[in-house]
Amino acid sequence: MNSKNQLNVIVDTGCANLSSVKFAVERLGFQVTITDDIAIIKMADKVILPGVGSAKHAMKNIRAKGLVETLQNLTQPVLGFCLGMQLMCRSSVESSDGEIVECLDIIPIEIKALEAKNQRLPHMGWNTLTSITEHPVFKDINVGDYFYFVHSFAAPLSEHTIATCQYGSEFSAAVAKDNFIGCQFHPERSSELGSKIIMNFLELPILNSKSKEPEIS
Amino acid sequence: MLAKRIIPCLDVRDGKVVKGIQFRNHEIIGDIVPLAQKYAEAGADELVFYDITASADDRVVDKSWVSRIAEVIDIPFCVAGGIKSEADAKQILMMGADKISINSPALHDPTLITRLAEVFGQQCIVVGIDSFYDSESNQYQVYQFTGNETRTQQTKWTTFDWIQEVQQRGAGEVVLNCMNQDGVRQGYDLEQLKKARAVCNVPLIASGGAGEISHFTDVFQQADVDGALAASVFHKDIIAINQLKQTLKNQQIEIRLC
Repeated sequence: MNSKNQLNVIVDTGCANLSSVKFAVERLGFQVTITDDIAIIKMADKVILPGVGSAKHAMKNIRAKGLVETLQNLTQPVLGFCLGMQLMCRSSVESSDGEIVECLDIIPIEIKALEAKNQRLPHMGWNTLTSITEHPVFKDINVGDYFYFVHSFAAPLSEHTIATCQYGSEFSAAVAKDNFIGCQFHPERSSELGSKIIMNFLELPILNSKSKEPEIS
Repeated sequence: MLAKRIIPCLDVRDGKVVKGIQFRNHEIIGDIVPLAQKYAEAGADELVFYDITASADDRVVDKSWVSRIAEVIDIPFCVAGGIKSEADAKQILMMGADKISINSPALHDPTLITRLAEVFGQQCIVVGIDSFYDSESNQYQVYQFTGNETRTQQTKWTTFDWIQEVQQRGAGEVVLNCMNQDGVRQGYDLEQLKKARAVCNVPLIASGGAGEISHFTDVFQQADVDGALAASVFHKDIIAINQLKQTLKNQQIEIRLC
């Protein structure tokens, strides 16, 4: 199957930035569907989990839509952007009062407040990757490349870190476990290099074992 | 390292990009989408679209251009003007804007900042501040309704008090527009921006006064702002973005070259 004909899905998490992700995929010549329909998400060849705003708000939406188990059990490639990456993790420290939000627990990482030291928060703007582990989604991406970050919470370094960034302290710019990949930065807003990452993801091999449901219109 | 941002600002009126001098006498510069695309390709780090009709006219404004911009550009952009409620903000963000900026409505009801930050996240809530230096009283004063000369009025806030207030209420970024400098291209108000920097712990964007490349060097090196916003020098091709960024880079300022 040609990757241009695959079914790409953006999970409708009820957050507000879905269209910028959709447009980024479409600019690369791929079609994409925004949906919270469990059957369509399961059927997809590629799943994108976007998100802005607070983990608490997003997890509330995901629970209300009954998507938790579906997302946890996806076997096709899944790419999370920014908060979408954090939602894949075990939990997130939501606020300064230390409230902990249970997330999807797909990748065993606890999201912490970014230790910016004396730097200003939010960490907002274009920053460079300080290290990259070989991963197909980071093909042709190099240390020193700039990506657009907007966040105050981050994944600490762990065995699942595949790229790092430095802002006061070093944190995970990207994490991966099995078929799940998450970027702390916004590939959809990171110019040509961001598009490269989305393209790498869309061109990942499609799972053949996944049972296909009848065609949807 | 986090790069300093170069931010072209496009003032929008009735779907066209316009530019006035000290907020007045607006002339049409061109269509929004091709200009946005041109700046994104030239290496702009971010774009701000300021709908100057909105706050002043108190009417429903067609915002469909937001979606048309989101379709074509692949860098972040912020929309300002006429956002008075959660519903307004949601509409703009759903059309693909990355951030929303509020100004007069925040002065009218400061709780709006907190409400927006709670729903959409602090990182996408920018507060724009129009600040006028009154040389007689030696005070920096916040003004509102600056999009319309006949309604422009001084508020009760001094600039540095208001900067602190908006941060406490959840602003994720501050754009400080120094009205005395706006459109006259004599350089950013370094004194004011240094004072603002001292009380601003979220990203601070300088606005008003850029006329030549050295003005950008000065504002980054002397006022330590996170970004520099400019309009006419880019619209009138007085400064080319790639040349600006190369020059800043050569001066050891952290800059993303494209």
